Amino acid sequence: METPIEVSGLVKTFGRTRALDGLDLTVRAGQVHGFLGPNGAGKSTTIRVLLGLLRADAGAVRLLDGDPWRDAVALHRRLAYVPGDVTLWPNLSGGEVIDLLGRMRGGLDPKRRAELLESFELDPRKKGRAYSKGNRQKVGLVAALASDVELLILDEPTSGLDPLMEEVFQHWVRRAKQDGRTVLLSSHILAEVEALCDRVTIIRNGRAVESGTLGELRHLHRTSIDAEVTAPLDGLADLPGVHDLRVDGNRVRFDVDSAALDTALRRLTELGVRSLVSQPPTLEELFLRHYEVAPTEATPAEATR
Amino acid sequence: MSTLTGTRHLARLILRRDRVLLPLWVLVLAVLPMTYATSFFELFPTAADRAAYAAGTARNPSIVALLGPVYGDSVGALTAQRAGFLLVIVGLASLLTVIRHTRTEEEAGRRELLGGTVLGRYAGLTAALLVTYTADLLLGLLTAAGLASTGLPAAGSYAYGLAATLTGVVFATIGGLAAQLTETAGGARGIGIAVLGAAFALRLVGDTASNDWPSWLSPLGWAARVRPYEGERWWVLALPVAASVLLAAVAYPVSVRRDLGAGVLPPRLGPATAGPALSGSFGLAWRLHRGQILWWSVGFGLMGLILGGAAKGAGRGVEGNPQLEEIMARIGGASGLADAYLGATLSLAGLAAAGYGIQAALRMRAEETTGRAEPLLATGEHRSTWLLSHVVFALLGPAVVLAVTGLAIGVTYGLSVQDVPTELPRMVGAGLAQVPAAWVPAGFAVLLFGLLPRLAPVAWAVLAVCLLLGQLGAVLELDQWLLDLSPFTHTPQVLRDTWSVTPLYALALVALLLALAGLAAFRRRDTPVT
Repeated sequence: METPIEVSGLVKTFGRTRALDGLDLTVRAGQVHGFLGPNGAGKSTTIRVLLGLLRADAGAVRLLDGDPWRDAVALHRRLAYVPGDVTLWPNLSGGEVIDLLGRMRGGLDPKRRAELLESFELDPRKKGRAYSKGNRQKVGLVAALASDVELLILDEPTSGLDPLMEEVFQHWVRRAKQDGRTVLLSSHILAEVEALCDRVTIIRNGRAVESGTLGELRHLHRTSIDAEVTAPLDGLADLPGVHDLRVDGNRVRFDVDSAALDTALRRLTELGVRSLVSQPPTLEELFLRHYEVAPTEATPAEATR
Repeated sequence: MSTLTGTRHLARLILRRDRVLLPLWVLVLAVLPMTYATSFFELFPTAADRAAYAAGTARNPSIVALLGPVYGDSVGALTAQRAGFLLVIVGLASLLTVIRHTRTEEEAGRRELLGGTVLGRYAGLTAALLVTYTADLLLGLLTAAGLASTGLPAAGSYAYGLAATLTGVVFATIGGLAAQLTETAGGARGIGIAVLGAAFALRLVGDTASNDWPSWLSPLGWAARVRPYEGERWWVLALPVAASVLLAAVAYPVSVRRDLGAGVLPPRLGPATAGPALSGSFGLAWRLHRGQILWWSVGFGLMGLILGGAAKGAGRGVEGNPQLEEIMARIGGASGLADAYLGATLSLAGLAAAGYGIQAALRMRAEETTGRAEPLLATGEHRSTWLLSHVVFALLGPAVVLAVTGLAIGVTYGLSVQDVPTELPRMVGAGLAQVPAAWVPAGFAVLLFGLLPRLAPVAWAVLAVCLLLGQLGAVLELDQWLLDLSPFTHTPQVLRDTWSVTPLYALALVALLLALAGLAAFRRRDTPVT
């Protein structure tokens, strides 16, 4: 199986709200796939369709070579899911919930369970009502990561975790990948995605707007150049693909499309370069570029929650 | 900053949040004694009638156990005794109100939000106590005014009213102390209700024994010992005042010595791993429902013991009253009257058990909206299995509770008529006969959950309509087809000689079909629907 998750043209509406509007998503086997988008973009809705909890209105969805709605039970034994806001039963201890979820998925590895508890510094004897938000999240993570499954579906799993625990989480996701598992990681923590993900899909208003490796995505975008030149500036502004040119004496700063980078650098060297700093676009810039354009559009779907 | 700064604001917040609930219980509890007095005036117009009632019914040990002692034959004395059980409810309402505005707030984290503002250390507890004390005072004054308006002497009316107020005050303060002890509101309520239960048991033992000293130790025994209408002993009112001062003197220091959110009693740890039973939906459902099954059974069992013991005496009050004796003869003499009384008791238990069934079925809805169902439904468990694991308890729970009720009634009634071998199976059977009707509203709740999850709480309205049809149907002379809408109309009177089993099968079938339709709808719908 090459693609554990294969979604095309997925549409899901809630009343008049179009939460998913022709979404495409392909996750390759053995990879960690980042699923990025602001609140209400449709990440959780997509995941719930993949889990067979919501029924798609249109489009094709394949999960582990099955139909997530029809084959839900059989597929669920091969995956583990952590929601963005883990809620626990007030009178059950964390350890009981971990075992319960593990058993309902078809068993968990007791050795890995113990290791996970230790590295996440989680006391499994506390009752559900006594855990903080971060510790509830850890209960969900331990239950999922200790399960012997092919696919991990994690919906903003680290909300409420402190930076140390974020490190621990990343360690375990890498280990899951080494073991050959596939991970779909929905997130809006960009550093986490940059650190972990092989490929990324950015969604907005229920539609994928970008998809590819981080390298590919960067390639599509602009590099920032900050240079000091010896000769007076000339002929840069006319070049296609150069944006936001600012000149301050001998110092020039501009953004340039990847396609025009070669031409722009030639022009610079002709002018005589004394110093040069170039920065590839960060994920954050990619992200903001997609979301800052029209903030009014970005709010159709609190209904997906 | 004074330790009481902000009390006024908090008190106003409490009044705003309780603007419906608080006036409601104050009014209902204040009006009931007045209605008792009115009906005593009508039922027993002469001193001879009252003396007969007092000798026959009011001094019957089972009535004394439930309501408390009676100190005379006047309408006032009879009313004060009849209203005895209301004191338990006044205590419960006061207790729960204080906990609701102290520990519940703290547990939910809302106190923390307010704690950041200008608030004195004692403001939270003081505001909750002050509002509840005021409600109790209003309740007492309204009760007294209502009683006096029926023509009862003013002194006795105010003695009873004040006794009710101070009973509420004691239990409000007990609630204030309990709220300091545990981390959870549930735990605090548990402590408070346990104290209330112990007070009731003490009073019951004292009032039925030859020496009544245990009643003097119980806050629920003091009101009667004020002897309203029978030579008021006002000094007894100093007991609840002193008790409240003492309790508050403990609660306040504890409230400032502990941390916000913490309790005095440490929270208990659970097991680090799950036992073998907790391995699927049914294991989980058992964990979620077992406490309720246990407590409902205990509560209904105790009620059954008391009411079963009182049944034989139900016939005695009419001795010497020719009209009532005639009615009694028509329904089969003393045992007929006891059967009618127990039948009515059991049909009320059936309604309550239906409420339990609805509550258990709606547990699914709570699991869905809080997000706890989602990770479970994303495991290898089938949706149907998850739903059935809760439906089983929505059906099993009422059955267990009604069987226990029948059993308890059978034991005490059987003992009182010295024929346990006959009465025990008869009463268990009569309890179980209520089960199919009680299942129908629960089945309806399952259907709503599957089909129209947002409207699931409407199941309660359905039960309320059934209750009204049952209570008012005969009074308002409603058409039979309207009465037939309620499943409870179809439950046969199994304590009579002849009855048919067919309606029981039919009701059970209807309940089952409703639940199955709910299951079918749930399998097709999106989840979670919030």
